Amino acid sequence: MNHDAYPDNYIRGILNSVKSIAMVGASPVNVRPSYFAFKYLAQRGYDMIPVNPGHVGKELLGKPFVASLSDIGRPIDMIDIFRNSSHILPVVEEALTLDPLPKVIWMQLGARDDVAAAKAESVGIKVVMNRCPKIEYGRLSSEISWMGVNSRTLSSKRAPAPTQGMRLSLNRMSVGGGDTAASDRAAKNKSEQS
Amino acid sequence: MSDRLPGFSTLAVHAGAQPDPTTGARATPIYQTTSFVFNDADHAASLFGLQAFGNIYTRIGNPTNAVLEERVAALEGGTAALAVASGHAAQVVVLQQLMQPGDEFIAARKLYGGSINQFTHAFKSFGWNVVWADPDDISSFERAVTPRTKAIFIESIANPAGSITDIEAISTVARKAGVPLIVDNTLASPYLIRPIDHGADIVVHSLTKFLGGHGNSLGGIIVDAGTFDWSTGGKYPMLSEPRPEYHGIKLQETFGNFAFAIACRVLGLRDLGPALSPFNAFMILTGIETLPLRMQKQCDNAKAVAEFLAGHSAVASVSYAGLPSDKYHQLARKYAPKGAGAVFTFSLKGGYDAGVSLVSKLQLFSHLANVGDTRSLVIHPASTTHSQLDDAAKIKSGAGPDVVRLSIGIEDKEDLIADLEQALGA
Repeated sequence: MNHDAYPDNYIRGILNSVKSIAMVGASPVNVRPSYFAFKYLAQRGYDMIPVNPGHVGKELLGKPFVASLSDIGRPIDMIDIFRNSSHILPVVEEALTLDPLPKVIWMQLGARDDVAAAKAESVGIKVVMNRCPKIEYGRLSSEISWMGVNSRTLSSKRAPAPTQGMRLSLNRMSVGGGDTAASDRAAKNKSEQS
Repeated sequence: MSDRLPGFSTLAVHAGAQPDPTTGARATPIYQTTSFVFNDADHAASLFGLQAFGNIYTRIGNPTNAVLEERVAALEGGTAALAVASGHAAQVVVLQQLMQPGDEFIAARKLYGGSINQFTHAFKSFGWNVVWADPDDISSFERAVTPRTKAIFIESIANPAGSITDIEAISTVARKAGVPLIVDNTLASPYLIRPIDHGADIVVHSLTKFLGGHGNSLGGIIVDAGTFDWSTGGKYPMLSEPRPEYHGIKLQETFGNFAFAIACRVLGLRDLGPALSPFNAFMILTGIETLPLRMQKQCDNAKAVAEFLAGHSAVASVSYAGLPSDKYHQLARKYAPKGAGAVFTFSLKGGYDAGVSLVSKLQLFSHLANVGDTRSLVIHPASTTHSQLDDAAKIKSGAGPDVVRLSIGIEDKEDLIADLEQALGA
């Protein structure tokens, strides 16, 4: 997978197929991006599991925190990692010990570890780096257009009137693969410098 | 679901708009409302805390305006956009996110006269200091960079003479200085030039001009290219630091490559207040659907009119980058191969008085202070748009006393030429 520019169909396929998501580094602080994403994905019907050893014994929006991936005790489809790039590898190594393996490992906006990604991909796990699943879901459904964001999708179909907590269709026509050309270039230049 | 790239004209009609979920209305409805109901207290808190996508109040966002925003973002190749009340408002909102009192920004000397006034006088009282550079001498931008420089501002096609700016060369200076390049793309429109493809980090427009295109509605827009890293060096605290207005959210960390557009919305528009009327957004959206058709016709007409004027005995010179003899012709071929725009100037051998006489005799051209209308327009910049500049600044910005500016419309070119011929000859 070219991790500089993901085709929309790759992201769409992941978000349409996974049901359970373990979020590593989920925060109970309601101004942290992980809290935003956790809440949004739960509202869109994903089975969310907060993973954070610092908050075991507490709940995030009604879901009990677990200390680590191995403590979840049931199969999970996707691991969403809210940690800095330097803390990604140990999480991926732990994920690779799970049985069954997760189908997807997703690293948040700003997080990228190509070595960890290659390890996961070598055993057939799909990897997404430096993206936010909330933003991608909002973009492919065009819900994010409320904020003037370029969803890079088009549709001439009437969408169902949105109600609270409903799943939205992500199957709109994509304008182009991945991000906008200019922002992709900038992200690539940045990752080459660091 | 195939991933393919539709053409510019398809985006001009479709981007951002889909049939209304509630009624099935195909044209974008005018959501003429100040406010939007919340589902419950948690929904309200989520919206106010920027945790959920949705509408609160039209000073922060409106569904009609959102269609306009996404459409212009798509046409410019940006990640997101924010529509505001005017092009001037767009400039205030952009710079508010970048500048602290005592900071500097570098601006090309060839700009719309209103921008020169805004930068020189209004911004001075905010402690935002403009440093002028010459777009024909790239090294003047390099020399103007100081540790307090926060941005570089240029026009892609510069008012009033339609000169073409070397965007790539200036973007190299901006990148080296570690500051964003802001390009006012009003006179080109994304149909002719997409500044983001040439290194712009932020694009602004007066929507009032070619995008709206019919001279009936004011508006402005800010497009985020998603290319600039706001986190380095703490230079841009509005984007990189925890915001007390939102309980400590860091906008770049939360919104990634469209954080600048979000900052303009939730820190700029929300607190400064220059919201665009949804009715104006609707009028401008309708205009944008025909942008490719209008812009091409206006460019073709402008070239024909410029060629006619260049051959007329009463005309001293014509500044139009579409003419092969023009100083900016090579830059026009590089940046605007479909046409060099529809705004240009010419000077009359008879000087100031001949300019005044010409304007008074024209029958089709309207004498007014706007550009980018379907109608052809004429103005004498020295006595109007650029009148508040001193004589030296007038000449430097291309608005000397003998200069007349035209904005060519979509009429039949033969009629425009005939009108100029009778006004020049009599």
